[in-house]
Amino acid sequence: MADDRRTHRSHVSYIDKSRGYYGAQGYPQAYQWAYHQDVPFAELRKPLSDCRVGLVTTSFFERKVDESAVASAGVKEPYAALCDDALGGLYNKDLFWDKDNTHTDDLDTYLPINRLRELAAQGRIGALADRFYGVPTDYSHRRTSRRDAPQILEFAREDELDAVLLVPL
Amino acid sequence: MSLVARHLEEAGLPTVVVGSARDIVEECGVSRFVFTDFPLGNPTGKPGDVEMQTAITGMALDLLEHSWQPRTTMQTPFVWNADQNDDWRDHFMKVDDSNRAALAAAGDQRRVSQEAAKAEGRGRG
Repeated sequence: MADDRRTHRSHVSYIDKSRGYYGAQGYPQAYQWAYHQDVPFAELRKPLSDCRVGLVTTSFFERKVDESAVASAGVKEPYAALCDDALGGLYNKDLFWDKDNTHTDDLDTYLPINRLRELAAQGRIGALADRFYGVPTDYSHRRTSRRDAPQILEFAREDELDAVLLVPL
Repeated sequence: MSLVARHLEEAGLPTVVVGSARDIVEECGVSRFVFTDFPLGNPTGKPGDVEMQTAITGMALDLLEHSWQPRTTMQTPFVWNADQNDDWRDHFMKVDDSNRAALAAAGDQRRVSQEAAKAEGRGRG
């Protein structure tokens, strides 16, 4: 592609876009996004080829929704499930992604179970864990940090993970 | 999701976030981030493109192996649409004169539904 010049950054600022979008819907108070100055960092403790790797998604299994409830009123909890049970695809139509420009019919575009199993077979990683993990996309930082994150850590410990790939949609 | 990654890191478990919402992830602050400049929905590669999916997943593994400090972002080389790559960016969550009234009406409708749900004791609790 030819070189170009720009007056704005190229990649989308979802923080900026969502502020304008919800403002136009009559929500005067902008969403308060998580911001941290300090960032924790853990190193791998063994060669990647010996590591058991886990996957975390924001997608869920399709649920029966009470039709009288508004779409956003459903309560989601973090979960762990067998990777084999996700191979037919997960449900994410209720999540916020670009439904006009793409689709999520191919699981490995947002939860690369097959690709990681191939990489495990090639010896790049030790193994993909038998289970994967789901975490709700929550408006509340508190619920994510105090309820969901500790639960995902507990799943990771149960499955003796050495490293985790987190793939938000 | 980035908050979950931070929690795992604090507990000593190395993580990598693979996503397309660069500003949201980087403002939150994570140890490792593989960024692909795609519409939200396919952070690990285009539908049907096994080679690209393998490459992006592999880059996440590379980052696990080779990063030595937090806030390491790797941008993958992939482009959604080489000819019209600003179209999807401009279209998503667009607000202009063509949809301003519709957005305001949708917001009003949503607030009515939420109030009704609250009155009936539903909602997130």
